[in-house]
Amino acid sequence: MSASLDDGRSRPAQTTDPVPTPASRRRTRERLAELRGPSVPPRPLDARALAALAANPGCRRRALLDGAGVDKGALASRLGSPAPFGQSQFAIVRGNSFEAKVKADGGRELLRLFGVEDPGTVSVPELSASGPEGRTARTALALREATAAGGWTLLDHPLLTLEVAGSPVHLEPDAVVVDPAGRWTVVEIKSFPMLDGAADAAKVGAAARQAAVYVLALERVAAVTEGAEVGHGVLLVCPKDFSNLPTASVVDVRRQRAVTRRQLDRLTRVEEIAGALPEGLTFDVRERSAEELSAAVEAVPHAYAPECLAACELGFHCRGRAREAGEVQTLGRSVRGELGALTTVGAVLAAARGEAGDPEDPAVAALRRARALRQEALTEAAACR
Amino acid sequence: MSLIAHLARMEAVESGRAQPLATVRHRHLSERPLVLVPLTTAGEAGAPLGALVGTGPDEPRLLVVPQPRDRELRFAFLAELAEEVLPYVDGYADAVEPVERKDPATGEKVQVELCLDAPQLIVPSRAGIEYVRLLGRSTRFRRTAEQDPDTPYPAPPRVPLLGRWLTHYGERARVPGSSLLLAATDLLNRHWATGQSSLEDQHLGALLAWIDPYDDEPGAEAAYRAELGRDSRGQLLCPPAGPATDPAFDNRLLAPAIEAYDRARQAVGAAEDGETADAALAALHRAEREVRRLVVSQLKPTWDATWRALGLLRELPEGARVADRWTRDRWSFTGHRDKVAAGEPPQPRRDDAVTAAAKLAAREQAQGRLDAQEALDDPLVLAGRRLAGEAFTGEVVEVTPAWTEARRPAPRPLLTFRTDDRPRLEPGTKVYRSLDGRPQTAEFVAPEEDGALVLRLLDKMGRAKEPAEGTVPEKGERIAWTLFEHDQRTGPKLPAPEDTPWTHGGPPRSADGELPDAVTPEDLL
Repeated sequence: MSASLDDGRSRPAQTTDPVPTPASRRRTRERLAELRGPSVPPRPLDARALAALAANPGCRRRALLDGAGVDKGALASRLGSPAPFGQSQFAIVRGNSFEAKVKADGGRELLRLFGVEDPGTVSVPELSASGPEGRTARTALALREATAAGGWTLLDHPLLTLEVAGSPVHLEPDAVVVDPAGRWTVVEIKSFPMLDGAADAAKVGAAARQAAVYVLALERVAAVTEGAEVGHGVLLVCPKDFSNLPTASVVDVRRQRAVTRRQLDRLTRVEEIAGALPEGLTFDVRERSAEELSAAVEAVPHAYAPECLAACELGFHCRGRAREAGEVQTLGRSVRGELGALTTVGAVLAAARGEAGDPEDPAVAALRRARALRQEALTEAAACR
Repeated sequence: MSLIAHLARMEAVESGRAQPLATVRHRHLSERPLVLVPLTTAGEAGAPLGALVGTGPDEPRLLVVPQPRDRELRFAFLAELAEEVLPYVDGYADAVEPVERKDPATGEKVQVELCLDAPQLIVPSRAGIEYVRLLGRSTRFRRTAEQDPDTPYPAPPRVPLLGRWLTHYGERARVPGSSLLLAATDLLNRHWATGQSSLEDQHLGALLAWIDPYDDEPGAEAAYRAELGRDSRGQLLCPPAGPATDPAFDNRLLAPAIEAYDRARQAVGAAEDGETADAALAALHRAEREVRRLVVSQLKPTWDATWRALGLLRELPEGARVADRWTRDRWSFTGHRDKVAAGEPPQPRRDDAVTAAAKLAAREQAQGRLDAQEALDDPLVLAGRRLAGEAFTGEVVEVTPAWTEARRPAPRPLLTFRTDDRPRLEPGTKVYRSLDGRPQTAEFVAPEEDGALVLRLLDKMGRAKEPAEGTVPEKGERIAWTLFEHDQRTGPKLPAPEDTPWTHGGPPRSADGELPDAVTPEDLL
């Protein structure tokens, strides 16, 4: 993508946006609570939601549901296409024991992975508080104190907020380390192995995208903290080879941070999506029937692509709808790219057979040639048998 | 993927059945392949949970680790796996044919052995191929008590050798067109287009639902059931093809069974008299049987699906040039057999720079060869190249004899050739056709006014003034020309490791091979 696409002029919607006032924020929050259902607590944006954000930033349905904190897993079950996600308890046990091992010894083990052999005293502040707002405030305070203190500090499971599509979401990194110079570093602890110094590239990529979101959230706090700086290298901690000994590697997330930043900026604002919905519409999984929920989901357009199946709880539901509509995108994003204005399977096949379409259109002409060549080859092969 | 393949997918959507992407089989299938369906424990790096392995659909051998976190039980599993895999591999080592080959060092012709056939390993999915690599990595550096009496946790005798073979097969699977280690999903995807995306095509059950449905059910519905269908206990009707298991299976069924097994083992340890010990042992056997029953319930559907996939592929006739690629696989197998026999150390953890460069060059060349050979073997693949302007098919409308102007004139006949294809030709572009399996070259001269192409034949016509019989096409003959070469030309040879400058060679490899992985008592593997 060229850089010129990114300048302010090409995005007038951004520049003409009114600055949100406290009153408009409150209205948005209320509207989102209504959409979620008044008795339902908001669901924090987890790693999977972040991955979905990266995989499909243009999907309004996902943006709204994530922005409103709707439990998409429960919603998918009510819609009859339960998400196939789940975590094995073996993996959870192993992940927890590994994380405990990494954080053992008052954070000294973790600092050893940082390359600090003798950190002196490591302070591990207590971060528990009531409610997410309390925990966020507690985290911000601890970060400020740690930066002012000028020693090593380990923040175990701090809580951060980030504005996603106009509404705040809560994020919980595994740890944040503050060094004596006031630099904050995100620590991601993963239980996939680092084999001979290299881990699975797809998993590292996902971890880096996730960490980049934490970096962005930390930067909001750092902006109002004197002497603070957020490191753009995150520490990825994994088991070494086939053992459960931790090993670590610094992953530069500058690119992921920039990409996520841009995607967050471009996210269709949730209040705009919510504003276009009919009054009284809600995704309350506790109160509404499956039919009502299904109609509510249909009211928000989706942008299904096969990548959604691995990243979004509603993937199978949207796939079903996209297939019913015959969208070519169900066969893969690359398929869509070659077909010009033809967006449904029926239209493509009709054009290929010469039943429809403008023969002057290069996409149509190519399809007809492709079909003729394919038929010729199949006939030839059948004759050879 | 080409537009033709996209079109095939859409036809599959419309008809509800997979559509052919190939008219011949482009991979070698052994008469007696060894199918391996492994399962692993979630969250652990390469802690196997079980496997089905065997050379016939009706006689799988079941291997199960009732407590995957127990090192002894894992070693027992690997030893059993070695007892299945290594005799199968060894069975191909002794039948050889003598072949003359140029000695790379001296340039002289020497007689060497080439194994007549090679063992073939089939796994259900691409993740299975990665798992074979992982198993190879985790076992090839293990030390047995015989190799090192002081090693703290000696591996069973044949396990390191198993690791070396699995590593070799895993590495060979990265060479395009090789058939030593294949995944059933890759095989099916090469030959059929389904009405779903290539991401969904990685699910073996869903893939078979499109290609070979029971009762003519539409592919999309059958595939959906394979992906998400669950029974009354919340278990998938079509378990994942592994090596990862379904979390619902782990949490609802496997975890309680493993817990019961652990309790039974403790009871055996705590038994104080013979009677309670007998009872505890019986309980332990029952608990182990239960874990085995659960593991096989996940493995068996995938085992059957893998054999079903092989059966479907056997119905396709083998492509003409598949045997050529299989011969290269036989060389690969023979080469590693010789390395093992010569007592060379296991493959290093990381390739040095020279080896890595050589491997990369070989893979690039193999990819080019595969693309060319598939197109020559299969009109449907050729159609894709024709659409891309890289090949053209048509009819010879006129043959004009012509010669070079040298002292001894050589034949250079001109062909007037009519085609509806639109190849990307410029005067002087070389084109190739297959003449009894060998490439014959022509060059494009110019287009005629009516759109026909004038080509000048350049070689394979013999030394006489008149071209040898059958080497010049006749009027009316249909020919497929390609713009790509049929035999990939090898690039300049890489220098020997000792002649590689240090800037390109990296640190020299140590002579003693690699040290085994450090093992600590608390390690799970």
